[in-house]
Amino acid sequence: MKHVKLPIALMVALLLVAAPYFVARAPAATVGPVTDRIGVVKINKGQPITIAYWLVIAGPDASLGVDSRRGIEIAIDDKKTVAGFSVKLIGEDSGCNAEGGVTAATKLAANKAIVAAIGSNCSSEALPGAPILWKAGLVTVSPSNTAVSLTAPNRGPDYGGYLRTAHSDSVQGKVAAEFAFKVLKTKKLATIHDGSPYAEQLANVAADVFSRLAGAGSVVAREAISPTDTDMRPVLTKIAAAKPDLIFYPVFIAAGGFITRQAKEVAGLEKVKLMSADGTFSPDFYKAGGDAVVGVYHTSPDLAALAARAGGTYKAFLTKHQKKYGEKPLSAFHAHAYDAAMMIFTAIEKVGKKDAQGNLYIGRNALRDALFATKNFKGMTGNLTCSEFGDCADPVIAVYISNSSDPAKWNPGVEPKKIYP
Amino acid sequence: MQRSFLQRFSIVGLYLWGFRISVLLIVLWGSFGTFQAGCPSVFTLCAFKSRYSADVWLDLLVYGLSQGSVYALIALGYTMVYGILRMINFAHGDVFMAGAYTAYYLAAAFGRAGFLNRHPLLSLAAVLALAMITAMSIALVLERVAYRPLRRAPRLIPLISAIGASFFIEYAFRGFFGSGFQAYPEWQIFKGEWAIAGVGILRTQAVVIVAAVALMVVLYGFVMRTKTGTAMRAVSEDLEVASLMGIDVDRVIVITFGIGGAAAGAAGVLYALVFKQVHFFMGFFPGIKAFTAAVLGGIGNIPGAMLGGVFLGIFESMGPILILEGLRVPGIYPTGIPAPYQLKDVIAFTMLVMVLIFRPSGILGERLATKKA
Repeated sequence: MKHVKLPIALMVALLLVAAPYFVARAPAATVGPVTDRIGVVKINKGQPITIAYWLVIAGPDASLGVDSRRGIEIAIDDKKTVAGFSVKLIGEDSGCNAEGGVTAATKLAANKAIVAAIGSNCSSEALPGAPILWKAGLVTVSPSNTAVSLTAPNRGPDYGGYLRTAHSDSVQGKVAAEFAFKVLKTKKLATIHDGSPYAEQLANVAADVFSRLAGAGSVVAREAISPTDTDMRPVLTKIAAAKPDLIFYPVFIAAGGFITRQAKEVAGLEKVKLMSADGTFSPDFYKAGGDAVVGVYHTSPDLAALAARAGGTYKAFLTKHQKKYGEKPLSAFHAHAYDAAMMIFTAIEKVGKKDAQGNLYIGRNALRDALFATKNFKGMTGNLTCSEFGDCADPVIAVYISNSSDPAKWNPGVEPKKIYP
Repeated sequence: MQRSFLQRFSIVGLYLWGFRISVLLIVLWGSFGTFQAGCPSVFTLCAFKSRYSADVWLDLLVYGLSQGSVYALIALGYTMVYGILRMINFAHGDVFMAGAYTAYYLAAAFGRAGFLNRHPLLSLAAVLALAMITAMSIALVLERVAYRPLRRAPRLIPLISAIGASFFIEYAFRGFFGSGFQAYPEWQIFKGEWAIAGVGILRTQAVVIVAAVALMVVLYGFVMRTKTGTAMRAVSEDLEVASLMGIDVDRVIVITFGIGGAAAGAAGVLYALVFKQVHFFMGFFPGIKAFTAAVLGGIGNIPGAMLGGVFLGIFESMGPILILEGLRVPGIYPTGIPAPYQLKDVIAFTMLVMVLIFRPSGILGERLATKKA
């Protein structure tokens, strides 16, 4: 028995000594020429730089994510190489809900080859997902999250690696309320949100601004549904009892389609005006809403104004998009996604260091700092300067009206037609 | 030996009674609050004169009935399979999706050709037939591939198989028809309202209610009056004894799956008639709701499933206004719970709990041999 114990003891000791090799690296790491507080990605010469997206590419809101993904793909085509390396794009579907965001973020966080992430689309995904990525040292730039709280000063250190090129809804909600009050002469406003951070915060900003403009009691209903609801008639019936002039429902495509169609069927709402927001700004909304979308107002980024500011690059982008995918952009955030990708590429070039063999080293925290230090970046959506809380957008919001319900006619600015400002 | 009242008394029993009474009180207090809102005195009930007129309540009832009849049609499939195999067929919601999604392509083709509005009833019948045949075939394949090999296995195993089958159907359809959604074309004759006994009812909803009731009557007649139906009831009573009596159990099970699938396919088209959107994941939530309806009505019981579906639909459409809006909590919610429709599902499932704590076997109970339960 005795001579068995000794080898076992030796083995245990050996394992204990070797253990640190198997456990995750300690936070501070030095690899090659780079030392970084949270980790370093090494890319061997000849290998591509991996960028990952987490966007909603399946289900009723797929147009939102596919649109953003195409923006990234065109940015990669345009950029060709980053610091002499090619770029590989991988990604996960994030489902436009919190669970999907967590699943996608967890999968990306487990992949140590990823340098940076682009996403998410829906704020509900980013709220739980962004901290998971940042814990793994991954910085993420969102092309379309607009919930106010994501870049609020009190967002906390968990969101330290989160930036966005999309506008904050404090801007969009204000435009919606001002348009309703000044142009539509709305006296009584009703809002509907779906409980997601995006919809709830946008509806609340619009309602608050509107009640400041039109006086107390002018917001007659603040209702909510859940994103998977299909029968909106009961809640619309309840709203009808408050007799609003305008219903503002910044929700997503599926629920937005149900509300648009069913509002016409509820007694008392035949004449009421409807206004939706950038979450439904897609030809798919025409499909979902059918003929009922004619006359619906939308708030969304003013792509035409952005195009004028960017000095021709947006036009070139649209040509490339048409050539590559054979159709017009599917939603409103392709340009923001393009800028997010370009910002990441620029930051990688700024912080990436090469060794004698030509391998590339990127410090994760350095990359994060470089992104937050973005100043006067000439993007397709304007001059981007990132605040210390990750707000990089240079927003212009417009209001559009739908005059047709044919998805094939979708051409923002013309159909739906821009009417404000 | 009869125990005295005090001997039967227990802490758990007391707790359960307390719970029942408090839930009941909340529901009564909320409903009273809603009906009494805007009344001059606390002790006068001025329902229908306050914020919501009688028309509003009637509209809500119709919305609930039409949503509920779709739930009821799906719930039939759950309850029939449970009655015979003691198994929850969790892929049933996806059978519903398969019918609606496949028939969309026929409806869209009819819409493009203009056939939809030239022969509205004929085209509706064709779309319904295609949906029912598709859903039935998928249900039959499901039974053959995913459930029959596991019939002798412990009860949990077919359940896991059902969940796997559910994912398989969803993602197979995602592969076939894409990850986006499609919108059903509109039948012009079903636009607008019909005035029935002075009450305006949306035409689509009237069609859904009538079609669902007709299908359920036919189904009930089939199970109660025909030879095959009698065999089905015999198998659900006791599978082994039924097979000893010369009933072909496999055949009965196949017929059950077929009928359940066809009902789900029809429900899919009726659902699409009211809501228009179809996508590969659309079966999940109606499936869960229909399962709830089946449990609510007493799982294994066919009229119970119908009743459960209708009840659930009405709870969902009326509950939030009726109960939550009247729940005025001084200091916190002086005007009732805000945005009550967000809590529609909470109401639906609370009602389920309510029914189950008073009648653990569902509204109509379970008419099955006790030894199998």
